[in-house]
Amino acid sequence: MSVALRFEQVSVSFPPRNRSEASWRAVANTTLSVDEGEFVSVVGPTGCGKSTLLNVAAGLLAPSSGEVRVFGEPLMSLNRHAGYMFQADALLPWKTTAENIGLGLMLAGVPARETAEQTRHWLAKVGLTHAAERYPHQLSGGMKKRVGMAQALIVNPKILLMDEPFSALDVQTRQLMENELLALWQNDRKSVLFITHDLEEAISLSDRVIVLSAGPDTHPIGEFLIDLQRPRDVAEIRLTPRFVELHEHIWRVLRGEVLKGYAQTVS
Amino acid sequence: MRRPFPKHLWFWQLAVALAFFTLWWGLTASGILPPFFFGEPVKVIVRVGQWFVVGDIWEHLGVTLIETLLAFVIGMILGLAVGLWLGLSATASTLADPYIKAFNAMPRVILAPIFAVWFGLGIWSKVALGVTLVFFIIFFNVYHGVREVSPVVLANARMLGASRRQLLRHIYLPSATSWVFSSLHTAVGMAFVGAVVGEYLGAAKGVGYLILQAEGAFDINTVFAGILVLTGCALLLDWGVTLVERRLLKWRPTHQ
Ligand SMILES: Nc1ncnc2c1ncn2[C@@H]1O[C@H](COP(=O)(O)OP(=O)(O)O)[C@@H](O)[C@H]1O
Ligand SMILES: [Mg+2]
Repeated sequence: MSVALRFEQVSVSFPPRNRSEASWRAVANTTLSVDEGEFVSVVGPTGCGKSTLLNVAAGLLAPSSGEVRVFGEPLMSLNRHAGYMFQADALLPWKTTAENIGLGLMLAGVPARETAEQTRHWLAKVGLTHAAERYPHQLSGGMKKRVGMAQALIVNPKILLMDEPFSALDVQTRQLMENELLALWQNDRKSVLFITHDLEEAISLSDRVIVLSAGPDTHPIGEFLIDLQRPRDVAEIRLTPRFVELHEHIWRVLRGEVLKGYAQTVS
Repeated sequence: MRRPFPKHLWFWQLAVALAFFTLWWGLTASGILPPFFFGEPVKVIVRVGQWFVVGDIWEHLGVTLIETLLAFVIGMILGLAVGLWLGLSATASTLADPYIKAFNAMPRVILAPIFAVWFGLGIWSKVALGVTLVFFIIFFNVYHGVREVSPVVLANARMLGASRRQLLRHIYLPSATSWVFSSLHTAVGMAFVGAVVGEYLGAAKGVGYLILQAEGAFDINTVFAGILVLTGCALLLDWGVTLVERRLLKWRPTHQ
């Protein structure tokens, strides 16, 4: 199986905000990869550099050293193979649900009729046909995430980058969305790099879970294969003995980092 | 909070106007206020009616409105262009910053005599004055609109394949538009002020000129009539802006 996305010794430093500060190395010498068709989650304490890592994969941020390879090619500018689901609200507030979903096709110059048809198809897929003409401020949090998901997927990217996409949702909506994501992913098996701070979410969705250390100098400190059967139901899978076992195992590694991360935010 | 006068609001608003005119009439008719300085409401209203019935106001009003409209459109286009340019280019904005601040701080009405010398006593000196007033309002709002674009929305559009031109069209412009609209009422008002003040300082036509003439003849009733007509026009313009705003900004929460 070939590698879709690979970080090779990637470091990212942010310049100091004032003279008394040293520059902040958020990510240090990180090497990790996502195989074609693989669902990989990255967990780590809040503020450790997960979004930074994803921005590097998207080509929105250049690493200070090291390189990213996309299907073997070094990434020089924006990652044209990747779709990105952001942590914060990223919908265009002045476009309707339908316009937001069709945005990628419209920008690519796809004929209006085909864009409309595809948009209708995706509206139905994410269950938002009734809300096609609404603006983002008229949608609930879960609906907005559905629009974001359709918006990223309609252009059919080979790689999907997701930055804690469901962290702002309530538990029930979140599990619904996770199942919807798995159902969509099951169809065409894109390569997914999924960022979260929630270990349960990471295990229930992924083929592999990577644990990051607390910042600064964040790097992977553990990698775990998730050998749970698919297709999965994220609510049910959490009750299986194997899940509990994996969770315990990974948590032992993650726990120390979360405590370190927490100590940093307090001091 | 309980809304006062939930029904017939317009009735009470009209009543306030009537009460005001009655008070004015009472004070001047009884001689408590000298009518020579304070005018007589009945004559003022008759004057306004006469203007519109005989029709000699139309020419002046037309000139004032054309000046207003031109000042507004030109100021808007310039403000939009310069605002987008400086908003998108950090170098240009740093360079221009002190000059923009200086121009904005200057009381621009003082430019009217200079414009009269440059552009003559026709409509263009008034338009120029209005433009300097409108420009800065639009400019500052476009500038903010461009600067305030959410970096996440921007990154999202870029990831979806937007080119620089598409970013301008689908991200920067809509964001700037929403800021411009929040200032459109002020901008239209300023265009109007530019036109009338310009006329007042030297012109051969326009409502400002009418008022100046009447003042010269100590015809205080005509002065008040002119003010009344101007106020009515300003209200109509403002209402027009509200209509456009409702249509174009339906995506905003406050315009539900
Ligand atoms: N543009 C930036 N400039 C300076 N520091 C930054 C910048 N972006 C992120 N950081 C810092 O890098 C660290 C990691 O941030 P981030 O990747 O957003 O964390 P996470 O997504 O894991 O919560 C944080 O300490 C943050 O303050
Ligand atoms: Mg983050």
